[in-house]
Amino acid sequence: MEISIIRFPGTNCEVDTYNAVKKVLGTTSTILSCKDTVIPRSDLIIIPGGFSYGDYLRSGAIAAREPIMSDLIKKAKNGVNILGICNGFQILTECNLLPGALLKNSTLKFISKITNIQITRNDTFFSKDYDKNQSVKIPVAHHDGNYFVDQETLRAIEENDQVAMRYAEPINGSLNNIAGLYNNSFNILGMMPHPERAIDNQTGSNDGIKLFQSMLKSMSL
Amino acid sequence: MKARVFIRLKSEVLDPQGQAIESALKNLNENNIKNIRQGKLIEMDIEAKNVEEAKKSIENITVKLLANTVIEDYKIEIE
Repeated sequence: MEISIIRFPGTNCEVDTYNAVKKVLGTTSTILSCKDTVIPRSDLIIIPGGFSYGDYLRSGAIAAREPIMSDLIKKAKNGVNILGICNGFQILTECNLLPGALLKNSTLKFISKITNIQITRNDTFFSKDYDKNQSVKIPVAHHDGNYFVDQETLRAIEENDQVAMRYAEPINGSLNNIAGLYNNSFNILGMMPHPERAIDNQTGSNDGIKLFQSMLKSMSL
Repeated sequence: MKARVFIRLKSEVLDPQGQAIESALKNLNENNIKNIRQGKLIEMDIEAKNVEEAKKSIENITVKLLANTVIEDYKIEIE
C-alpha cells in the first residue's frame, strides 16, 4: 500500500494527514515536494490542506501549475485514487480534475468549526465504511469554500451522483450545499472538511476515521 | 509593449467583497453608489512583433493561468 502526500509552499496539513494515515491505516506515507516531477507508484495520492502560495491569484491556482502536477494529472487519468482536502480540493478544481471552482465564502468570514456533514453515498473507494446518507461531524477551516459551477454542469453532477457530501445547513454559500465532490469516474474526491482533524474524540469528533478506514478497505481488496 | 488584463467575476457569480465595499460606503453616507463589483488588474511587459501577436500570447496565458474562466471574465489591453 503506497501513499504519497504532496506538499507545496504554504501547505500546513501534511503532517496531520501523515499522522492520520499512520494511525488509521497503520502505514507510513511519503511526503513529496511539488518541485518533484515524478510521483512514485502510489495507490493513493493526497493533496493536503493549507494555503499554497498564500492563496495568491486564486486559491490553488499557482499550486495547480507546479511541476509535480503533470504526473499527478496523468496518474489521475489512469485511475489512481486522489484525495484533495480543503486547499487540495481547490487545487483539483484549478487543474480541471474536478469541475467548478471554490469562491470566497459568501459571509466573507473565515469559517473554522466542527460542521454537520451528510455523506451521500457509501459505495466508493473513499466512503464504503460510512452508511448511506450518514450524518457526521467533521471540522472545516476555510475562507474559500463556496462551491460554484455553471447550472448545466451542476445538473450533470447531481444526475451522476458525484456529490460526495453536503453541509447539513448552508455555511458558506456553496451551491446545493456541496462540501465534497467526486469526478465522473469516482477515483478523485475533493472535500472542504478536514477528516484528518477528526480522528480522535479529544478534538471533538472521530468521524473522519471512517474515511481513512474506507480507503484502507478499498486498498486491501 | 505594455499589456493589461482586467479580470472580474462573471455577472452571475456573487461578489461578497463588492457587497462589503458597498456597505462600507453606506457607512460613509455615500448612498448613491450601487452594484459594486471588485476585480483584478494584472499589468505586464511583453516582447512581441506587433499588437496582434502580443494579444494572442496574453490571451493564451490568461486562459492558462491568470483567469479562471469558470468564474471570471477578462479583457485585454495592449499599448
